Amino acid sequence: MDIHEYQAKDILKSFGVGVPEGALAYSPEQAAYRARELGGDRWVVKAQVHAGGRGKAGGVRLCASDHEILEATSDMFGMKLVTHQTGPEGKGVYRVYVEAATPFSREIYLGLVLDRTSQRVMIVASGEGGMEIEEISAQKPGSIVRSTVEPAVGLRDFQAREIAFALGIPATLIPQMVRTLQGCYRAFTELDATMVEINPLVITADNRLLALDAKMTFDGNALFRHPHIAELRDKSQEDPRESRAADRGLSYIGLTGNIGCIVNGAGLAMATMDTIKLAGGEPANFLDIGGGATPERVAKAFRLVTSDRNVQAVLVNIFAGINRCDWVAEGVVQALRAEPVEVPVVVRLAGTNVQEGLKILARSGLPIIRATTLMEAAERAVMAWKNDRAQIARTGAAQ
Amino acid sequence: MTIFIDRSTRVIVQGISGRIAQFHTREMLDYGTQVVGGVVPGRGGETVHGVPVYNTVKEAVAATGANASIVFVPPPFAADSIMEAADGGIRYCVCITDGIPAQDMIRVKRYMMRYPRDRRMVLTGPNCAGTISPGKALLGIMPGHIYLPGNVGIVGRSGTLGYEAAQQLKDLGIGVSTSVGIGGDPINGSSFRDILEALEADPETELVCMIGEIGGPQEAEAAAYIQNHMRKPVVAYIAGLTAPKGRTMGHAGAIISAFGESASEKVEILSAAGVTVAENPSVIGDTVARVLRRMAAA
Repeated sequence: MDIHEYQAKDILKSFGVGVPEGALAYSPEQAAYRARELGGDRWVVKAQVHAGGRGKAGGVRLCASDHEILEATSDMFGMKLVTHQTGPEGKGVYRVYVEAATPFSREIYLGLVLDRTSQRVMIVASGEGGMEIEEISAQKPGSIVRSTVEPAVGLRDFQAREIAFALGIPATLIPQMVRTLQGCYRAFTELDATMVEINPLVITADNRLLALDAKMTFDGNALFRHPHIAELRDKSQEDPRESRAADRGLSYIGLTGNIGCIVNGAGLAMATMDTIKLAGGEPANFLDIGGGATPERVAKAFRLVTSDRNVQAVLVNIFAGINRCDWVAEGVVQALRAEPVEVPVVVRLAGTNVQEGLKILARSGLPIIRATTLMEAAERAVMAWKNDRAQIARTGAAQ
Repeated sequence: MTIFIDRSTRVIVQGISGRIAQFHTREMLDYGTQVVGGVVPGRGGETVHGVPVYNTVKEAVAATGANASIVFVPPPFAADSIMEAADGGIRYCVCITDGIPAQDMIRVKRYMMRYPRDRRMVLTGPNCAGTISPGKALLGIMPGHIYLPGNVGIVGRSGTLGYEAAQQLKDLGIGVSTSVGIGGDPINGSSFRDILEALEADPETELVCMIGEIGGPQEAEAAAYIQNHMRKPVVAYIAGLTAPKGRTMGHAGAIISAFGESASEKVEILSAAGVTVAENPSVIGDTVARVLRRMAAA
């Protein structure tokens, strides 16, 4: 789960990491007022969205007067900020964060991640801050310092010092750098983060270490023990279909194709998408309905998939292990009876009680296209979609 | 011989009182697995499907001589249960539970290191379908009837995609020595490489079918092992060719976040290591059959 920059800074501050003075605003007037409260003569206003690359997209502006703040934030509020991380639809800006501008002499990159090779927390740092880590590793790979943390004893001070010295931090700032690293590590482990990123961490003109930007991502599986983190979820930053699915216990990811997929199991769902692509189509979504799918669950999945207006055919692929094909077939029939869909539906059933399932589909009299293998199902879905389009084009021409 | 489990394996079910655990305990018993006990703190003395329940793993091991366990305990408590199994003398543990916090798994892995190699428990999962040695024992949630006994070892992350492969093999009359699910989580008990090592050493396994997906370094690590240490042929399929970067595809670990973690890069790495890669999930069985024919002809 992602949170906003200002929330990450609040959290890191409570763990001893230095951050600039700042305040949140929900309107341009409030932003100008916040700036006056903060004092000084230069401020940075930052659109709060769950994505990186805000600066280049116009989501971060340096302002030197009330007027400039009002102007900058009027542009930001309500806009869809499109960065290289948001996709073409962008993310809505509903909050801005105002900070006193900080003059600095150096930028450092600092990241903590779950390293899957060592299966431990890894600290990644570079003296070349300000750029994204991908750019740093492409352009200045030699500048990157990595250190994995032994979970039994946590981050040791000597490790933090090693990192600080490797980055060329001035001697007077070493204790502060150690405190910063320890704070990040404690925030990471105590709050079950999967990523903490400070980019840039700067050495200010008056020789302090400050996190000018901060990002934290949390382990969704651990939110049960951090209710105050779970509360930070901001649905305005999520794809509405994905939020709806998540609230219904379905694992759904919207894509840009036209063939909707309803599958049990994450691996099989990905494999189904791949097969659709091979058959000449494009998947409209990833959807895993999980084990023990009840008719109600299948019906919900149907509604979710067909609510995407791009969907022009639906492919149901079920390999029943714990699931039972007859129950899934029952669910498909119920869903289609309750809410008929206008697009062709292809169903492939395999595994437990497949014969009973097929009988239910046949008896229903519904125009369900059946398939026995995954490849056949994908081919039929793509063909049905193409025929359907051709038919729509013909009727359209006749009118 | 098979790996990890066979007819003599004595199994306890941790969290046996849950609805899903009870269902699969019945299935495992029906398959012929020796389920000798269950563990639920505070429920010692009860029975589930005639299987005695104990309060602790140590108690269960002392009373039944169990050497394997399967964990159905809910996510907040699952890591603790795995550590209890490791400390209680269990040698092979399958964790089915989906949704264990990653930091808990980091701690579990660190904890297991405290035992010397010859006493260290082997863990597969979490978030996996389990392990089956067809015709001998089932320690998992897979439908037993789709596996024929035979000589192809299967290792994979995904449950249902593994069923897809097993069914295709069965339809072609090809059987399985052992199928091991390593699960879809980013921090897992055993990697592809760990299981490949075991299958390479297993005299009953002639060929290995490996089913990977996007995310993480374990397929690439497996490729290096295959190239340098394996004599048995490996057939692979990697799911997620159409998965977008940076999105978690159902499994917590199925996310492309670094170089070499996309499906096409993994296919390339495996092919370069001499692995025969099935182009799509519908031809996993056919690809295995083709390689088996080539072996028979050679």
